[in-house]
Amino acid sequence: MENADLKLDGNAAAGELREIFGAEMTIVRATCGSCGAVREMGALSVYLHAPGTVFRCPGCDAVLVRIVRAEERLWLDPSGVSCLELRTGA
Amino acid sequence: MARAAVLGRLNWLLAELVELVPETPRVKSLVLAAPGWPGHRPGQHVDVRLTAEDGYQAQRSYSIATPPDGERVVLTVERLEDGEVSPFLVDELLVGDRIELRGPIGGYFVWDGADRAPLHLVAGGSGIVPLMAMLRHRAGLGSAGPAALVYSARTEGELIYREELDRLAADDGALRIAYTLTRERPPGWTGYDRRIDPGMLGEVLGGADPNATAFVCGPTRFVEVAADALVGLGYEPGRVRTERFGPSGR
Repeated sequence: MENADLKLDGNAAAGELREIFGAEMTIVRATCGSCGAVREMGALSVYLHAPGTVFRCPGCDAVLVRIVRAEERLWLDPSGVSCLELRTGA
Repeated sequence: MARAAVLGRLNWLLAELVELVPETPRVKSLVLAAPGWPGHRPGQHVDVRLTAEDGYQAQRSYSIATPPDGERVVLTVERLEDGEVSPFLVDELLVGDRIELRGPIGGYFVWDGADRAPLHLVAGGSGIVPLMAMLRHRAGLGSAGPAALVYSARTEGELIYREELDRLAADDGALRIAYTLTRERPPGWTGYDRRIDPGMLGEVLGGADPNATAFVCGPTRFVEVAADALVGLGYEPGRVRTERFGPSGR
């Protein structure tokens, strides 16, 4: 099976993001730190088969966010994202 | 629901199976009563968690097949032969059994028909499920903009919700539905007989209306082909919303 077959959308990790942030994150707009493209997190490429969850930019394929769990801890590396835009009003 | 409101953490709810509806030989709909369910929007999904006697847990996401209906949630699940969760849900779960679920989840792949903009849907296999929630919701709205669905399956017997879809299309002049069967066609089949391509999508959806939102759901490769075709037809990429299932299902 090729890696390309395993690609999912940000939506597939919506439950995990909600668990971590306590908010609906798929409509949060993320700016790719590599190419500058801005997309809602639901539109990012997501891979769940790695030892963890990996978000990539669908435009340039750069890694944006990584989430890894082990026992009672969780690491979240957002270093590929340069900005997150959340809506604070209705 | 305020779109960007802080929702708080999701809790696992215990939902009881109240009815099991066979859809195709490999697909069943699970009608669940979920006390404490906060309601949902068409297109959203839930996480289902199973716990074995030894404590081992397996968790999967399933799309909700129905529009908001109080504490009732319907999941349509396809049995994957090598699956860890779906064979249990489809073959072993009995009415009265309880499963853990949390949700609703997702705010990106949702459609609640707030505007009357055209709704363009492309489904591959069990990718029809969240799109069915949208079509059922649309039917309940009374007044809605035009809608079109291209639904691809391998064989006629694998088309989920076939009768209901035909009925919805017959009752609604603003809804167009086209099927394509990629592997096997019954005698006299008048639908499409090939994998989806730009020509087919253009014929059924009627070209890229700049106000239309397209929702594409299915196996990863199917979604890639469909989304690329839609963008090629002139849809703005931001209005093509995708939900990939992975290699063969979820």
